[in-house]
Amino acid sequence: MKALCWEGKMDVRCETVPDPRIEHERDAIVKVTSCAICGSDLHLYNGFVPGMKSGDVLGHEFMGEVVEVGRGNRRLKIGDRVVVPFTICCGECDQCRRNNFAACETTNRNKELADKAFGHSAAGLFGYTHLTGGYAGGQAEYVRVPYADVAPVKIPDGLTDEQVLFLGDIFPTGWQAVVQCDIQPTDTVAIWGAGPVGQFCVRSAVLLGAQRVIVIDRIPERLTMALAGGADVAINFEDEKVLARLNDLTHGKGPDKCIDAVGLEAHALGSIDSVVDRAKQAVMLESDRPHVLREMFMACRPAGVVSVPGVYGGFSDKIPFGAVMNKGLTIRTGQTHVNRWTDDLLRRIEEGQIDPSFVITHTVALQDGPEMYRTFRDKEDGCIKVVLKPNGQGRHNGHGGSGEVRP
Amino acid sequence: MMSKTIEPVHHRSARGSAKTMAQGLGLFSLALGAAELLAPRQLARALDISGQEHLLQLYGLREIGTGLGILASRDKAPWLWGRVAGDVLDLATLGAAMGASRRREAVAIAIGSVAMITALDITCARALQNGRVDGDAEYRWIPDYSERSGFARPIEEMRGAATADFKMPPEYRASLKTSGELPRDPVRTITPGR
Repeated sequence: MKALCWEGKMDVRCETVPDPRIEHERDAIVKVTSCAICGSDLHLYNGFVPGMKSGDVLGHEFMGEVVEVGRGNRRLKIGDRVVVPFTICCGECDQCRRNNFAACETTNRNKELADKAFGHSAAGLFGYTHLTGGYAGGQAEYVRVPYADVAPVKIPDGLTDEQVLFLGDIFPTGWQAVVQCDIQPTDTVAIWGAGPVGQFCVRSAVLLGAQRVIVIDRIPERLTMALAGGADVAINFEDEKVLARLNDLTHGKGPDKCIDAVGLEAHALGSIDSVVDRAKQAVMLESDRPHVLREMFMACRPAGVVSVPGVYGGFSDKIPFGAVMNKGLTIRTGQTHVNRWTDDLLRRIEEGQIDPSFVITHTVALQDGPEMYRTFRDKEDGCIKVVLKPNGQGRHNGHGGSGEVRP
Repeated sequence: MMSKTIEPVHHRSARGSAKTMAQGLGLFSLALGAAELLAPRQLARALDISGQEHLLQLYGLREIGTGLGILASRDKAPWLWGRVAGDVLDLATLGAAMGASRRREAVAIAIGSVAMITALDITCARALQNGRVDGDAEYRWIPDYSERSGFARPIEEMRGAATADFKMPPEYRASLKTSGELPRDPVRTITPGR
């Protein structure tokens, strides 16, 4: 089959790899009809997440049709249409029984590596580093889904791929980031980053009743899309000083809730501290560029909440933890416990409360994936979200996607 | 609700390309500064201006300063004009060295290179100042996503729409409140003057 493989820093190729097969009785094989490139895939592409190996199949946002089911899997049957959450969970361990699916104690088959890197292992992830299990991902024609009797979300007829694909990651990620903020009707919520997760944070904050939503980015079309989705103010950090503007907007108090939808690759030339971080990254003195964390900790109102869905990989310097302690900030973060939210969010899509396809700007065939990694990374051609079609056209609603699918 | 700050859409961003050019010049400044600071003897030898090594190192520090300023500042134009001033100083120094140097060809090439960079610096500084780039500089297309709300109904109707049936997990309740209803029992509320 064809799949997008990581072959090194800034080197993704569409290659022929062996077809996946059932390895355990709870497995399923899914024929991928739609998959997406995630912002966190770019951390792999740019070489900032350790533990990748040449030939690793990428992709953790995907959906498709079940074509093969292990003998012990009583939940799925051939022909089912499913969205597969990016976190692999067993459904049986202590953490899964507490609904902390992203902290599953069972599914990371490289637990020893993760224990060394993070102190303790969390769940296995599709198409990501070997620190999280090294499972083959879904930017492929077919994918093996381990523990497929737990996480996959069955999709009812009548919904397009584009409407439901993002249930596997970015929609629940944005939703959880906002839920973690415990939104009150008088809250001002500031969101750093208007990429795909930031866009869902904006809409989730609106749906959950924030009084005012402020979004911070530098790409005009992303700010425009955030404003379309209910952000009240857009701050272009290339034109304005973020802290000063946030203070102006909140009468000097700071936003009640702050969300980091950027992560470890803050714009390298956006501030002096990021320039220094980038130089340190180059000589391996620091793994992440935590400019947004620094800015959020300084910006947030005392007793406020800071929520971090953005991915961080290792070590960050010069974090103003004095601000966190003295202001009594609450920090909530983590990979998304996707299945906590999928039933509720699927219902909201079915009821028409939200149509997640708004975020799709490019729809292309799988073999165009390597080029789209570059386009997405460089934010060219108005690119915000790329959907790939490994097995042809799939189902379209005609709403998202400006590109043509080339079979 | 306060008014929205809306960026113009369906236009080409000239300022964006000027900023890209400025970032390139900032990186160039850093590289040249590092070379002048770390390898002054080699540079002096190449131009046959021995004895000027400390001056070259000072110029290197100046280049690094302006480079960092360009890369890290929001308003890059003043730093670009700073580079122009530095270019003039470089040209004067090279011009003065021309007579005494036995490697006039190398000095002439250096003068030509600095003059070209000076022209770029001036173009970029003016473009940033005017908010536009003259001539056939590269433009960036900005697509219009202003209709992509993701909602079927107007934003005003969607605000808080999920609160009617969303069950907030208790573990995500904020331990401290910054806003919303003020706490009553069992938390004691302190009234000033009592």
